[in-house]
Amino acid sequence: MTADAATNAAIAANRFGLGAKPGELVALAGDPRGWLIGQLAGPYRVPEQLAGLASGREVLATYFAAREAREAARKAAKGGDPVKELVDGVREQLLPHYLAQAAARTRLALASPESFRERLVHFWSNHFAVSIDKPICLGTAGALENEAIRPHIAGRFIDLLLAVETHPAMVTYLDNQQSVGPNSEFATRAHRRGHFQSAQPKNRIGLNENLAREILELHTLGVDGGYTQGDVTSFAQVITGWSVGGGKGRLAEGEPGTFVFRRQVHEPGSKTVLGRRYADGGFEQGERVLNDLARHPSTARHLATKLARHFVSDEPSPALVDRLAKAYSASEGNLNALYKALVSADEAWGVESRKFKTPADFVQSAFRALEVEPKDTKKLLSGVELLGQRNWSPGSPAGWPDRQADWDGADALMKRVEWSVALAERVGNAHSAIATADVALGPLAGEHTRTALARASSGSQALTLLLMSPEFQRR
Amino acid sequence: MATRRAFLNAGLRLGVGATLAAALPGVSFAAAPGARPLIVVILRGALDGLGVAPPYGDPDYGNARGAIAIARPGGAKGALDLDGFFGLHPALPLLHARHRAGELIVVHATASGYRERSHFDGQNVLENGGDKPSGTASGWLNRALGATNGAVTGLALGQNVPLVLRGPVPVGSWAPSSLPDVEPELLERLRDLYSNDAPLAARLDEGTRIDALAEGEMAGDGDTMRRAKGRGIERLKAIAETAGRMLASPDGPRVAVFDAGGWDTHAGEGGAEGQLAGRLGGLDKVLDALRTGLGSEWSRTAVLVCTEFGRTVEVNGTRGTDHGTGAAAFVVGGAVRGRVIADWPGLATRHRYEGRDLKPTTDLRSIAKGLLLAQLALPERALAEVFPGTESARPTRDLVRG
Repeated sequence: MTADAATNAAIAANRFGLGAKPGELVALAGDPRGWLIGQLAGPYRVPEQLAGLASGREVLATYFAAREAREAARKAAKGGDPVKELVDGVREQLLPHYLAQAAARTRLALASPESFRERLVHFWSNHFAVSIDKPICLGTAGALENEAIRPHIAGRFIDLLLAVETHPAMVTYLDNQQSVGPNSEFATRAHRRGHFQSAQPKNRIGLNENLAREILELHTLGVDGGYTQGDVTSFAQVITGWSVGGGKGRLAEGEPGTFVFRRQVHEPGSKTVLGRRYADGGFEQGERVLNDLARHPSTARHLATKLARHFVSDEPSPALVDRLAKAYSASEGNLNALYKALVSADEAWGVESRKFKTPADFVQSAFRALEVEPKDTKKLLSGVELLGQRNWSPGSPAGWPDRQADWDGADALMKRVEWSVALAERVGNAHSAIATADVALGPLAGEHTRTALARASSGSQALTLLLMSPEFQRR
Repeated sequence: MATRRAFLNAGLRLGVGATLAAALPGVSFAAAPGARPLIVVILRGALDGLGVAPPYGDPDYGNARGAIAIARPGGAKGALDLDGFFGLHPALPLLHARHRAGELIVVHATASGYRERSHFDGQNVLENGGDKPSGTASGWLNRALGATNGAVTGLALGQNVPLVLRGPVPVGSWAPSSLPDVEPELLERLRDLYSNDAPLAARLDEGTRIDALAEGEMAGDGDTMRRAKGRGIERLKAIAETAGRMLASPDGPRVAVFDAGGWDTHAGEGGAEGQLAGRLGGLDKVLDALRTGLGSEWSRTAVLVCTEFGRTVEVNGTRGTDHGTGAAAFVVGGAVRGRVIADWPGLATRHRYEGRDLKPTTDLRSIAKGLLLAQLALPERALAEVFPGTESARPTRDLVRG
């Protein structure tokens, strides 16, 4: 193995992948770029770690049924604190699903020999973020990732986009299931009955623009992508009717827990989005808008910037962003072409590691390097929770931030030290720190760090120093 | 196990402290004589100003808000009255007690320099203190610390530092941990490991120092420590209490930032009860815990509570509200000259911003500037570098007692 080959292998496994496992650097040194691109070839197969998880449809259907039963019981009992009971009920129903999904995702991240693919799954899952501080997402966040994102990360962006925006997890997270066109059949009937915009606003029904706005701002064009408030409102009308079966009340028809297009709440007529007129066609009207959004140059730039920022540096060069955006547009939104442009860019292979690891990066790479995988779910998930990045909990649809300044607080660093000490004490002297540095970082581990490891007062202290070294804290 | 506090004390005796101090130019908790505590609370997600401070006296309020309108004061679950026109949400009884003590300013129909409706850009503008969401990597509060020439230090409550407090001046962060403290010997070795890595070295030193301070403030208070390591509102209250004590400590920071998400109430916002009410109840308790922790220093304190923008005047189709413009903010503290600051534009459609939002009439930066002058004793000329290009937003006077 030449020095360059060893360095490129370490970059491939750590910067592009989720961190080298023992043996990985040697195995991929022959062709690091080929190792990365090869992970995206061939049809999607469900990884074994994900087999046996409940589908989003099953989780939601069970949850809707349980909620109805609970409400019926409460009405019968006529007591208690309804809000508290409802929230407790949601958590009770959904938390086991969340834990199973988060554990499966983590186990896959720790075991996967295709960790570039896994990193891309996490990247897109964060691009299309839902957050468990909205209780229903406890049950649906993992399903969104596994059902809408995983199968589509190596194909066309439009397929990924459509799968996400029509997944019940996204529809409910951004409140579209109850959004009603002001001139829809449903609203017209309600109006005749005196419910719409009535003096009894309890029954007031109409648009909710949350999903439409975030599709434009976060999922496609980007905040400076050239849309107006008028576009948001108009697009919100376009996607009225994009809903989920089940639930309660007047808009519950359809198979519980599946995406449903409700024609009766869809705003009829043609609409103009970004200066282009879309004739009405029900669901298909929204599909056409999404197709145009996926093709838009602002989307190409937005996606290219985020991808370059994730893999190369917090402030990627305009040249790299241009190159990626061109690859995206020239391939009509083929994500594999985008990844190939990234992997073939020299800038992405600079020896200096410029990305500070997020808590999830850090915990996963530490577990991978030491081949540690706690059996107990709570222990498996506690690292990212302690360090401030609980699975699927970014707190907003913008997802987790992706710059060093968002993660390198003084307290954050102290907590990484504390966690490293606990992990190093657990694995005891079973691992030599120097050997672990070799298998995890290879030539990226510098002399200063190697000296510190050699001089440590105990095996576990040496491991802590390795995990906390500047080289291991970056990728 | 040796604590970091003990380590620092021992270090000073053994001369290690001298090395530490040499490695930390400009980082010192010695406070400027004139500086008084200033705490900024950022509520992310766009807090509904018409819910938290209902203008029940506006003739269009009840109709625009419908089922989520807060009832007039007096009745069951009605607003807590402020001045016969504005009230406070009924989930804020402790904040209302501060109003009765003359320690609460309610700023209404206020906004930063931002006029679009993206949370994330809105928060950037709120925190960078400019007109544009990007192009400024530091926050106004960090630049204000810079203007004190190192006399005042800052602290972020949480693991990481939010944009408002980021910048050239080193700033610590703190949140309680459930894991054991790190051995002093390991800290020394980490310091050596980072000797070629200035950013990590700086973080390590800030972290060590803040942990020692926090530990000192919690020492002998097992109850606070236990609650701080727990969950939910008790944890937040314990953090606020400890933060209050740190700010009151002679060698503590004078500026702190708290931030909390979850205010984006697009659906099922609720009125006197429900989603927003639940969150406000928590906020009320956390703000009061801060007061408890500050003790007698509360009388010199001002807390600014703000959000990136407000929400639509009208309820939307899903019993919530969408992104708006004009918002409400609070200034509370023992030093504060309580009142309502509002050049009320009215809620009728013709008075709204773009026909849908509360029109902003008070620049939030004027309030922030006024607080910097009063609490950090900044010279007025320093404001030009703290809030560049915003000269038209004159600092608001008399926010605090002289």
